[in-house]
Amino acid sequence: MSVLEVKFVGDEEVLEHIVDIKEGMETIQRPTKLDEDGDDSEEDEVLNEQKYVQALGTESAIGVCVGVFVGGRASDVCVCVCVCVCVCVASELARTPGKSVTFSGPSDTEPSTPVRSGRSEFRTLLSNCRLHQTKRPSPAPSMRSDSDSELSPSDSEEGEGEKSEEEEKETVKQTPRTPSKAKQSAALYKTPAKKTRTLPEPSLIEEYFEAHSSTKVVTSDRTLQRLQTPKLDRTPKLNEFPPHVCSACNVLRVVCDTGAYLTGRRLGFSVVVYGLGSKKALLEDFRLSQLSQELHLVVNGFFPSITLKSILNAVTSEALDHQGTFRNPSDQIDYISQTLKDSPDLHIYLLIHNIDGSMLRGEKTQSALGHLASLPNMHLVASIDHINAPLVWDQCKQSQFNWLWWECVTYQRYVEETSYENSLLVQQTGALALSSLTHVLRSLTSNARGIFKLLVEFQLENRDNPSYIGLSFQDFYQRCREAFLVNSDLTLRTQLTEFRDHKLIRTRKGADGVEYLNVPVDTSTLLDFLEKEEGD
Amino acid sequence: GCDGGEDSSLRYTLCKKLWDTIKEETESLQDELNRQILEGLLHFIKRCCSGPRHTAGPWEARMRASEIPTAALVLGVNVPDHDMTFQSLCELLQQSVTPHVACLQAKECGALKSLMRKVLERLVGSAAEDEEEGDTHPHPKGAHCTLATLCEWYETKSKKSSTPGKKRSSEEEPARPPIVIIFKDLEAFNPRVLQDFILICSRYVEQLPLILVFGIATSPSTIQQVLPHSVSSLLCIELFQSLSCTQHLSTVMDKLILTHYFPFKPNAKVLQVLVSIFLYHDFSVRNFIKGLKLALLEHYLNQPLSVLCCEKKEEVELNTTQLSHRGLESVRQLASFRRYVEQQQPQEQVALLTSDQHMKETCKKLLKDLYKYHKNYYPVLRCLHALTCSLPRVPLGKQIRELHITCLEGNVWEREEYRSAMQLLSRHYLSKLMHIKILCPHQVANNDSFTFIYYHYFLNVYKKLTLIKNIFDNERCSCFVSPEAKPETAANEGMTSPAKSMEKKTDLFQLQKTLLEMKETRRTKKLSGFEILRNEALDFIDALVRSHLVPPETQPLHEVCYYSSSALLRRHLNATPRTSIQTALSSPYHYLQNDALLTEDGGVSNAAPDLCIVHKLHLECGRLINLYDWLEAYATVVSAAEGKDPESEEYGKVDELKHARFIQAVSELQFLGFIKSTKQKTDHVARLTWGGC
Repeated sequence: MSVLEVKFVGDEEVLEHIVDIKEGMETIQRPTKLDEDGDDSEEDEVLNEQKYVQALGTESAIGVCVGVFVGGRASDVCVCVCVCVCVCVASELARTPGKSVTFSGPSDTEPSTPVRSGRSEFRTLLSNCRLHQTKRPSPAPSMRSDSDSELSPSDSEEGEGEKSEEEEKETVKQTPRTPSKAKQSAALYKTPAKKTRTLPEPSLIEEYFEAHSSTKVVTSDRTLQRLQTPKLDRTPKLNEFPPHVCSACNVLRVVCDTGAYLTGRRLGFSVVVYGLGSKKALLEDFRLSQLSQELHLVVNGFFPSITLKSILNAVTSEALDHQGTFRNPSDQIDYISQTLKDSPDLHIYLLIHNIDGSMLRGEKTQSALGHLASLPNMHLVASIDHINAPLVWDQCKQSQFNWLWWECVTYQRYVEETSYENSLLVQQTGALALSSLTHVLRSLTSNARGIFKLLVEFQLENRDNPSYIGLSFQDFYQRCREAFLVNSDLTLRTQLTEFRDHKLIRTRKGADGVEYLNVPVDTSTLLDFLEKEEGD
Repeated sequence: GCDGGEDSSLRYTLCKKLWDTIKEETESLQDELNRQILEGLLHFIKRCCSGPRHTAGPWEARMRASEIPTAALVLGVNVPDHDMTFQSLCELLQQSVTPHVACLQAKECGALKSLMRKVLERLVGSAAEDEEEGDTHPHPKGAHCTLATLCEWYETKSKKSSTPGKKRSSEEEPARPPIVIIFKDLEAFNPRVLQDFILICSRYVEQLPLILVFGIATSPSTIQQVLPHSVSSLLCIELFQSLSCTQHLSTVMDKLILTHYFPFKPNAKVLQVLVSIFLYHDFSVRNFIKGLKLALLEHYLNQPLSVLCCEKKEEVELNTTQLSHRGLESVRQLASFRRYVEQQQPQEQVALLTSDQHMKETCKKLLKDLYKYHKNYYPVLRCLHALTCSLPRVPLGKQIRELHITCLEGNVWEREEYRSAMQLLSRHYLSKLMHIKILCPHQVANNDSFTFIYYHYFLNVYKKLTLIKNIFDNERCSCFVSPEAKPETAANEGMTSPAKSMEKKTDLFQLQKTLLEMKETRRTKKLSGFEILRNEALDFIDALVRSHLVPPETQPLHEVCYYSSSALLRRHLNATPRTSIQTALSSPYHYLQNDALLTEDGGVSNAAPDLCIVHKLHLECGRLINLYDWLEAYATVVSAAEGKDPESEEYGKVDELKHARFIQAVSELQFLGFIKSTKQKTDHVARLTWGGC
């Protein structure tokens, strides 16, 4: 095996992993280091040296292989930068505690700076900051001020990043090296699947626990604010970039044609479609081609406000033409099963996109759906996407659903499915919040609008103030009085309650126990809002 | 492939018919299997309800001590199957003992109040439905759901029924029918709720003839775990153990698969898949049958020749005669049929390939042969199993299904296990062999159509054996008076001179070794009457096995009956969605079949879908991932894919399109459950999975 590894691993990668393993060794050595309180003695280095040589020896045996992104053409071989990022981060971490450890002896193979001379040109492609960092003099104190790309441990609590630089340095030093080991392990996983399986199982588990044992994780501090457009509005530009088309997704269509679906479901099976890629279009095709003549119901399980009640209501009122309400879902289900029992010729097809959607994951919802699926003339076709989706069903539910699994890997984008999600990067709340703001305010009195505007303006005035936590109630009251908007404390409070009910404002208790009010909408939306208000 | 509308509809009817038969069969089997336990329960309940009134036995004493009679029904872990049992129990109770039965499931009874309401709803509601007298008792409303209400209701009810009614005279119901409350899944109930309910019930046991039934999936000790002593002492528990699910499976297989009545046969691999899903995943007979159903469906759907796979001989003939030219062509293309043709005379070959009429005749003949093959196969299989199932270390498997699978896989007599089994048999002692000889003819005789020759042969052997046994018994009485002589060695000792080594025998292995040695020495000796007969019988059995237990693949037209795509079955029944997603992400080539995506081991091409690249990059990170770094790495990879000059300014720069693509990919990854947003650090996400692909 090791021979094979050597073939694939380039020089640079070998060097990198030497660093990694050395760091791993350092973790083992840590106790002695701590005793000496960071004072690296000569013997320590010798020890380091030995470990390093050992690490060199074990390197090939461990079988570290770096995943290489190879371009479509052989000419533009591009080594994935992320590997470098991670490893650099790790190696920098090893070095930042002040002293640069140098090696005597065969240290010519061990580069002493993160950027090694042996690296090929792709290294220079890394962002400037990293290069900049290496040019920086090694003493640490000025780290934070001159570049924000240095590292800090992230704590589980927020706001602890306000430590002094001395402390900062200390933490960096005392951070267990597990994260870097984790990175090494991540590198390990890059070995092909076959080889991963041959890895001893415990090591995987150990790595997991190592990575999760400490609350501190070291990553770089850079934020998206560095981009020109830190938050993108969701642009339709993606349409220009066609997704990959998978021929395998035609499988389902073939199946549709043979009528296996209908026959299968006539015999009481439900169908679940799984696999990477959006299957919405696929099921939609299926619906149009097979179910257009049948009574069917489409449920978008990924929709963030879908509930069991709405599904059941749709079944009873739309499909079964039932007027009236039910006390609880179980009554409703009883009614449905009774009605379907009474009319055996009535077939209802229930098409659920993402039956594992976040709102449908609940045990009760799933068992209710299972109950529906077990009815002989209710036919279910569903899709799942979440990797842990099958865990939603226990044995009982599985047998209720009576699933037939179909694999459909489409590689289609989950455009619609993710559009409702609170995305990490997309500033999608903007449009929504703005419209809701204007909607709610339109229904208020002019005084109430004025009150709100006052708060918004104050917030915008303070947008550059990082310590701004909101407008205190007393202040607010004062301002409102001055603007002749309210005449008493009580009127303002009533007004604020209304705002709060519509989630227009948020209150927060400050350190002094005073209530502070603010609008939980970001600045640009507020600006838009004010503009619009002025326009009206 | 699917051809011809009428053909497929015919196949569908066939399939449906066969499935209905299977369903009926399994249901009756289920009833049969449940009968014993249900009858026990029924008896128990009857005794409980009649006890206090009519006989002043110990039961009354117990009732006085306010103990609630309780049946604990241990049903095993195959939870999905329980529903059927409970259903039949309910029906049985309602038919014969009492109309007041309430079935409860844990999920409907989260709190005591809801439990009470369910009980009342089920009892009062069902009674109201029965009598169709809406005015007697309106549906109980939430606030009034107490046992007191139930008590009241029960009093009026029993008063009413004690007045002469039309219903009462027909059935000999006791005047006070008991109220049976069934807890389907005891383990899932909230212990507090259950305790409270039992405590309340115990206060009313004087007025209400309550009986509880607990459905238990694990072990009876759960009752002790769920209920403290103070509560469980209020119950008078009797335990009922249901048949184990493996036994259930064996019976089902016996009825459905190890019989020639059903023309549809799963082949060895399919059977193995089904059995292993049963053994390693759910222990659910229902799921096993579901798998069989799917196989049936697939067979009739995808095999155009399944029209010939019918239950009745006449149907087969009819369908063969009606076979179209195209159907015949597809018969000609069957591998087994081609093999058959090759073995024929040249003239015959030509006739088979050209004349449709001749072809039909041959098909009929071959199908008849196939039928005959099945008819002989199963009795011989049972015979062999009966002989070998009790051998030491059971070389051919303890369960008949194992033997069946072995036989389906290949020539069983060529296997090492078979040889050793035969060897062991040839050293079998008399008494055991006698026992088996009794068994064998029964197995054969059960199958009424089985050729009588075998039956007579076995009878003959049996008679001879009895004769020898008698002689031998006499001999033994005269020779070995000493009681130490073990019966199992007696047979050998009777034949050969008493071996001295027998006295110091310590273990089975030693014994076997000495026996082997003895056999060596004995070879030269004259065989006794018993040995001759035994060898003869064994030879006969061996010949039977060789002629009848040939694997079905050797039979022409076996494709008509045998369903073979086990992979498909596994994919549909025992899918691994997670693996599928992981594979799709880590090696898109596997699904996309695009040469640009083909990479060396472990890599992901930069031409791969964005999601794959982003996923691959995320694998390199630890618990937290910096979005900015991630984006940058992504941009670099994608720039390379665009073929930009690495030296240029633009290389690795994040433009708007790349940014948008990245965002899309990241939110997809979040949607798939690989990452989630975190507040631990700005612009970071947390990884949710561990381990690579």
